[in-house]
Amino acid sequence: MTPTLGHFLTLGAMLFALAVVGIFLNRRNLIVLLMAIELMLLAVNMNFVAFSHYLGDMHGQVFVFFILTVAAAESAIGLAILVLLFRNKTNIDAQSLDTLQG
Amino acid sequence: MDAKTGFFYLFSVVLLYAAFRVISARNPVHAVLHLMLAFSQAAGLWLMLKAEFLAIALVLVYLGAVMVLFLFVVMMLDVDIEQVRQGFWRHFPLAASIGVLIALEMAAVLMGGFRGIEEPKAAVLDAAAGQGATLSNAKALGQLMYTKYLYPVEIAAVILLVAMIAAIALTLRKRKDSKAINPALQVHVRAADRLQLVKLEATRAAPEPVAEEKQA
Repeated sequence: MTPTLGHFLTLGAMLFALAVVGIFLNRRNLIVLLMAIELMLLAVNMNFVAFSHYLGDMHGQVFVFFILTVAAAESAIGLAILVLLFRNKTNIDAQSLDTLQG
Repeated sequence: MDAKTGFFYLFSVVLLYAAFRVISARNPVHAVLHLMLAFSQAAGLWLMLKAEFLAIALVLVYLGAVMVLFLFVVMMLDVDIEQVRQGFWRHFPLAASIGVLIALEMAAVLMGGFRGIEEPKAAVLDAAAGQGATLSNAKALGQLMYTKYLYPVEIAAVILLVAMIAAIALTLRKRKDSKAINPALQVHVRAADRLQLVKLEATRAAPEPVAEEKQA
């Protein structure tokens, strides 16, 4: 059977679930947390592109373009914060960020 | 099963495998490389969905720029893998069951609701693009972005500028152990800054050597 809209949406859902599992498993590793967020955004973009194609509406692809922009900005700032954190604490353990006693 | 279906399943399986390796790899460099594999497979899927511009933008911007940035940072940091992997297998059963639950629930809903929607005919796509004539994907996207979405595009540009300034400002620092000197201060130095002449008065008279010899 040829792939329908449901197939692409299911693929996006499985990708999103994998990213959620990644956030659960790597709660201490900030690098992998950032990468799991990238995977989530990829799953969302997959849904947008699939809807855009199957429903014949270009607006979904414009939205993907903006999501890509924001994701690039987010990862750049996130990595800058990561470098700053490593410089101050000499590790990237998310559990060691308890200076504010939160 | 035609070639398109085969490619869909090939890309999907490799994409899910790469995503799984991203979250489970011990070495962060391996995780980043698998993330690059995942994005390239997603670009292939987007090509199948006739989103050529976005697929190529994903390869250029994500594989070419963002992932290389990740790779730089991962290689620059000296990560203690044992410390950050602590509790990985302890959380595994809970995480896996929640992930399977999410995937199954969403798949059930989505496959139930959207399985019937087949690929649209080309005429429908042309009508959606507005012109009636066949437009390339990049041209249709550009026409939409620079007319209807002009202000959002400008806001996106401002977001990128803010991100650039923020990233530079966050990581900029003055090293304390650096011995670098300011050339402007060197050029503008005057003789008076370097050498100071101090006039000292003699406070005590020199002893007379002749008298000392007489006493001895």
